[in-house]
Amino acid sequence: MKKLLAILLVAPALALANTGGVPVERAPIDLHDKVSLQRGAQIFVNHCLNCHSANVMRYARLKDIGLTEQQIKDNLMLTSDKVGDTMNAAMEKDVAKAAFGVVPPDLSLVGRSRGPDWLYTYFKSFYRDPASKTGWNNLLFPNVAMPHVLWESQGEQGLQVTERKDRNTGDVTHVRKLVLERPGTLSPIAYDIQVRDLVNYLAYMSEPAQADRKLWGILVLFFLAGFFVVVLMLKHEYWKDVR
Amino acid sequence: MAKLNKPPVTEAGRFNGILTWVDQRFPLVALWKDQMSEYYAPKNFNFWYYFGSLALLVLVIQIVSGIFLTMNYKPSAQDAFASVEYIMRDVPGGWFIRYVHSTGASAFFICVYLHMARGLMYGSYRKPRELIWIFGVMIYLALMGEAFFGYLLPWGQMSYWGAQVIINLFGTIPLIGEPLAIWIRGDYNVADATLNRFFALHVIALPLVLLGLVAAHLMALHEVGSNNPDGVEIYKDIDPASGHPRDGIPMHPYYTIKDIVGVAVFLIVFSVIVFFSPEMGGYFLEANNFIPADPLKTPEHIAPVWYFTPYYAMLRAVPPMFASQFPGVAVMGIAVLIFFAIPWLDRGKVKSIRYRGTKYRVWFTLFVICFLILGYLGVEPTTVWGEIPKGFPLIGGDYSALWVARVLTVIYFLFFLLMPWYTANDNEKPEPARVTF
Repeated sequence: MKKLLAILLVAPALALANTGGVPVERAPIDLHDKVSLQRGAQIFVNHCLNCHSANVMRYARLKDIGLTEQQIKDNLMLTSDKVGDTMNAAMEKDVAKAAFGVVPPDLSLVGRSRGPDWLYTYFKSFYRDPASKTGWNNLLFPNVAMPHVLWESQGEQGLQVTERKDRNTGDVTHVRKLVLERPGTLSPIAYDIQVRDLVNYLAYMSEPAQADRKLWGILVLFFLAGFFVVVLMLKHEYWKDVR
Repeated sequence: MAKLNKPPVTEAGRFNGILTWVDQRFPLVALWKDQMSEYYAPKNFNFWYYFGSLALLVLVIQIVSGIFLTMNYKPSAQDAFASVEYIMRDVPGGWFIRYVHSTGASAFFICVYLHMARGLMYGSYRKPRELIWIFGVMIYLALMGEAFFGYLLPWGQMSYWGAQVIINLFGTIPLIGEPLAIWIRGDYNVADATLNRFFALHVIALPLVLLGLVAAHLMALHEVGSNNPDGVEIYKDIDPASGHPRDGIPMHPYYTIKDIVGVAVFLIVFSVIVFFSPEMGGYFLEANNFIPADPLKTPEHIAPVWYFTPYYAMLRAVPPMFASQFPGVAVMGIAVLIFFAIPWLDRGKVKSIRYRGTKYRVWFTLFVICFLILGYLGVEPTTVWGEIPKGFPLIGGDYSALWVARVLTVIYFLFFLLMPWYTANDNEKPEPARVTF
């Protein structure tokens, strides 16, 4: 424990350590786009829920994004049969641990802990790496245990490293770039949209109440603005006789 | 002392009967007059005087929202994180209660810091108000404890590791440190036992202490009367006709209505945060705290919430001595406790910064700037401003931010330690006879 304190206080924290030094792209998400959210939910259920869980997210909550209970039951409930249930992973934890070396983290709040931009970039940063156990690696999250689940849509990217020599100083920098080596079932633009939908859904799921919250906010602010005007007038009325 | 045959209340219209009945059994009218309708406050309060009543409002907000959170929260390592999400998702209006409480924590510190800055600017700690100031610093200390205990309860990564670090600070105290840290945690690590006792301290022990201290703070204030932006004692200048201070106005209705205007503006700002940006860019709710506590995985960058960061920057700035972090911990502790000494360090003749000389103004400005920059540095990793060039004598190759924090820490302490000298011979202006209004 003393060591922990020493590490924290003396050693500098490496803020960039987990991004692999890659700049994150802005995720073009829109929480009002219900169709995008519904598509995202479908991708999530079909691809993510095999290994990951969302253990504080109830299926019934998906009514938020414009689905009926029947639609949820028919299309999205692969791991459970009660709409009041939370989203559990299809795979048992110990099986997953044996397969990947780690238990895949719960994704309920990943939209808040990682943020949409990070997630959007992450899904676009997988590349083929024969050295890794799964055959995949990720530029944003180096040596991630997760394989590229959406590879059929995106196709296979490869890592291209070019050396660049600075003419003045002679310093050599390595520029790492991903290139699409084998196209998938979707065009690059269509893949971006698929990732956008998924990230949109993850952002929604991390805080399902956020649309509600903003609506209430507007009402409350209207009330408070009126309240402010009234009390300000009242204050001036009272303070007229203070000289 | 029982006062038999107290005269009946005659001013309240149709409620005179009830009021008379109560007043003959409880000093209701006397209390109301003493504390509100005949408590005379200076008429020249400015912007800075809103934050006392606003801090009181936030205290009430925190207690009320806290009660509702307690109804749904489960203080156990197993369930705590999920119960917070249960509040966020399944409890009707739960997200509102939780965001009000989390935003309230930061709002409390904003109000208290501005309130303290006001006290420093206008000399509100000077005789005869030393005890008001001391109760106030005690409130500040209790509030820090309250915030620290409360921050563990969501049981996220930052909760867990933040508590781990702070408790380890106590572990650096020579001789008694290690057993003390274990006694605080109730375990060798931050664990279920720690969470349970922090819950008890957060929801009952410290709120009681806070309420008691706030009552003492207000009673002491109403005993000696309020200071004002001119630092002039209005209670020396009594109008013989009315028997009240010439420059005073009754607290009620004048300041009650004025404070409600402040409340309206405050609630607007507060609501903008609660409804549109509860995370406040990661300063009020940190991204890492949306990951459940994991004792096996240390986050890369641990920083306390913004209101503790000036002291955290000081802690990091002090190098370990004799293979111990204790010097840094001591500096951090003294940096807070030194506020108690201010009433006796200030030797100025005038109270308000309006009539102070150049020296005090310069020192005060430096102090505020130091506090703000230290606060910023405490949020960021030490690497934030890069390294000092290797060729620089003595400190070349060290982190720039580290040395900046060191210099600022020294200035922070000099503000206090040199105060008896720079306030004693300063080119002060004479105080006016009456307040400027």
